[in-house]
Amino acid sequence: MTEPQVYRELGLTDAEYQRILGILGREPSSTELAMFSVEWSEHCGYPRSRKYLKLFPQTGKYQALVGEDAGGIVYDDTAIIFKMESHNHPSQVEPREGAATGVGGIIRDIFTSGARPIACLDSLRFGDISNPFNKFIMNGVIDGIQFYGNCVGVPTVGGEIYFNNAYAGNCLVNVMCVGICKKDELVRARAEGIGNSIIYAGSRTGRDGIGGCSVLASAEFKCTDEEKRPTVQVGDPFTEKCLIEATLESLKTGVVTGIKDMGAAGLTCSSSEMAAAGGVGIEFDLKDIPLREEGMEPYEIMMSESQERMLLCVKAGQEKKIIDIYTKWGLEAVKIGAVIEGGLIKIANNGEPICEVPVKELANAPLYDLPWEENRKSKIDNRKLDKPKDLNKVLLKLLASPNIASKKAVFEQYDHMVQTNTSVYPGGDATVLRIKGKPWGLAVTSDCNGRYVQLDPYLGAQIAVVEACRNLVASGADPAGVTDCLNFGNPEKPDRYFYFKRAVEGIADICRQMELPVVSGNVSFYNESPQGAIFPTPTIGMVGIVKDIKKRCSVPFKDRGDLIVLLGKNKEELGGSEYLSVIHGQEAGSPPELDLELEKRVQSVCLTAIEVGIVKSAHDLSEGGLAAALAECAILGKMGASIRLKDTFREDALLFGESQSRIILTIAPQDIFALTDIAMLFALPFEIIGKVGGKKLAVEGPKKKLLDLPVAKLADAYFSALRR
Amino acid sequence: MKFGVIVFPGSNCDQDCFNVVKDVLKQPVEYIWHADTKLDHFDCLMLPGGFSYGDYLRTGAIARFSPIMDSVKKFSEKGRGLIIGICNGFQILTEAGLLPGALQRNKDLRFICKPVELKVQNHKTKFTKKCKPGQILNIPIAHGEGNYTCDEKTLRELKKNKQIVFTYHKENPNGSMASIAGIINKKGNVLGLMPHPERASEAVLGSEDGLFILRSILSSRK
Repeated sequence: MTEPQVYRELGLTDAEYQRILGILGREPSSTELAMFSVEWSEHCGYPRSRKYLKLFPQTGKYQALVGEDAGGIVYDDTAIIFKMESHNHPSQVEPREGAATGVGGIIRDIFTSGARPIACLDSLRFGDISNPFNKFIMNGVIDGIQFYGNCVGVPTVGGEIYFNNAYAGNCLVNVMCVGICKKDELVRARAEGIGNSIIYAGSRTGRDGIGGCSVLASAEFKCTDEEKRPTVQVGDPFTEKCLIEATLESLKTGVVTGIKDMGAAGLTCSSSEMAAAGGVGIEFDLKDIPLREEGMEPYEIMMSESQERMLLCVKAGQEKKIIDIYTKWGLEAVKIGAVIEGGLIKIANNGEPICEVPVKELANAPLYDLPWEENRKSKIDNRKLDKPKDLNKVLLKLLASPNIASKKAVFEQYDHMVQTNTSVYPGGDATVLRIKGKPWGLAVTSDCNGRYVQLDPYLGAQIAVVEACRNLVASGADPAGVTDCLNFGNPEKPDRYFYFKRAVEGIADICRQMELPVVSGNVSFYNESPQGAIFPTPTIGMVGIVKDIKKRCSVPFKDRGDLIVLLGKNKEELGGSEYLSVIHGQEAGSPPELDLELEKRVQSVCLTAIEVGIVKSAHDLSEGGLAAALAECAILGKMGASIRLKDTFREDALLFGESQSRIILTIAPQDIFALTDIAMLFALPFEIIGKVGGKKLAVEGPKKKLLDLPVAKLADAYFSALRR
Repeated sequence: MKFGVIVFPGSNCDQDCFNVVKDVLKQPVEYIWHADTKLDHFDCLMLPGGFSYGDYLRTGAIARFSPIMDSVKKFSEKGRGLIIGICNGFQILTEAGLLPGALQRNKDLRFICKPVELKVQNHKTKFTKKCKPGQILNIPIAHGEGNYTCDEKTLRELKKNKQIVFTYHKENPNGSMASIAGIINKKGNVLGLMPHPERASEAVLGSEDGLFILRSILSSRK
């Protein structure tokens, strides 16, 4: 009889244990128990989130691939595969290795499908960096990303970094990877063909990362939890680079019928899910698994999350072909077992049976419907807010706020150019990649303002989606597909679960309306520390198609004399803004409202104008509002602008409010007629607000001068905040 | 002109070099596996950037023992073709003794990836004959260990023999001695440089200045 304490320590509930007894009709062995615990953890089986994840649309304006490890879209003859995943808790415990293995894991998810990884993005959240501990975590995470990403040869081309004390005890490290291959070269993550061989390739199995997904990822956090450090894996990017090349070379032989990486829950997950997907069984003996050290227990071998390992299903008789390729790349590859009839995963240890479990049941985690409780919405009264006297000072302070300031000091530590595709560098709205041999390209971005989601989960999550769309559109791309990384607190607490439920509903509704499929994603619960839960943060990763790579667009002002045009409408909104937080010390109110029809028209006009070829620069308005956006165009373009605004409401809301559905464009004066035609086509009013030129950013309101600052001074504030 | 791109385990700019030769220069090009030894049919060898053998121990320190490196040495001694080492390739060439000096960690100990300005200090080499004297080239760097160092005697010789081919212009990003970004051997057939000309050879990537170097190599055979 297994003591309750044994399975509870593995993260299983009493009811789950009873269910295991029912499936097996007997007591589980220690190995079997361990395998159930990892497969049914939130990290692998999504028992607490699946109910709502089903709401996501799986189709959109482009053909969508929604599948096993990573999904994607099809454009032309190319499959574009992408996924985002979290590595929050490992990074909080051991920032460098935690972040590094986060990068390694998501890259494996992509090349497992047969696609070559071409870009990574990192979406990071930390506590206030004036606190040395938070800064230590941030520096460790960045170091881990550059260490792993630079060596492995996949460019780190974008992402975002936000700072808020809601993340002080529990940082977020969400990594997205994008890969491409010919659409008919995609490989499934399944075992098939009775008698075919199961081959283990890559690094040896060690004691690192045991219980990473069930123990570390699926429970709340206590301070630094140093005793959990052994549950963090250690990555080796050099091995991963060789593994990418060897695996892609192996897949080209045509003798690999299926493949899966060993990520969360290691060998347990890869073997049982490959068998379940193929409707077959798998049999192997642990004596054949390459081990890093002697004396490992069977359950340790099955749960280990050692990095850089793959499991392949290879046609019988063709094993040598594959083993030779891995050997050439200096990697181990051994046959460990075979595909069998009957849907059982049968594992022996030196001939002695230690596991016999039906894979369907193992891979089918329980489904829970958890209670939720609505949170009260916060309100602010704009009339009670003091109006700042010196708006110049406010703008400089906002530009130096780490949430708005340039992240150049960070992304210059990442190789963002290797593979020679990066056409618009990070630091603007979205990064643009050319695709060799094609007239088209891709734009990639990630986005989420957690403060908005905290204030209103449904609206906040929708804004994350439309803002990601605007980032793509402003770069000249048509938004095509979504991946997400849903970071929330403890789902067993009804107020936290409410955030999750409403955010997912928000994303699902808006994606359906924008004709965007959610092709892949990841849920990360239990992001709590003794200080409380994080801001709910459903990070949106998005990929768009730049139909003609020559028509890509970027943020910097380009030429003196160009007209500056505002698409959309300024509104008197301050709720949830960076201005309200930095200047008034409040994180309150309702996030800016979203008028979806207006949003769609703004995006259509912007994209059409870029595709016609009249737009010289474009920038989406977000944190810091109109003033911050104008400043960024000026700083990056190293030229000023003179602006005249007509709106008569509060000046701070006009300059720094974060109303949605706004983009600023610049065009040559003679193209104003072409732009007018396009705007009329979509019935969108627009406004010429000024002209590019000079060395200053000068903004006049209807009554008086609002801003007057040299671009050099703006640049100084913007670039200095994150420099050490 | 026949190019060969040497692939060490962990090289990650090998495909970028291959592509630029094939698609932009439109010349025949092959990959050469580090365990091979035959190089006789090549006119130009490229040692690409990346992290050969993970750059464990020290950049280029393990790669210099690859079987191919003996053949590379002989290739340079015979003087029938050119050798260009970019980034990690430059580091391997110094470790192998084909070029003098060493590349230490950047002065602020951080990896740096950004476009930089290079000044052509010697436009009369086989790698720079298409450049004008003192021309400024816009080419990116991406390295953690690009801080060029040598002893004073070597530096005097490099200067005397005009072996310093490129220096960083205005800003020295990594602390290199005399702002050195690229050097050539005495014989004039082996070039090592930290910046990546293959990343600046197409308009879609923002600069075509790398072509001044690659086209110089092409014209050296005519």
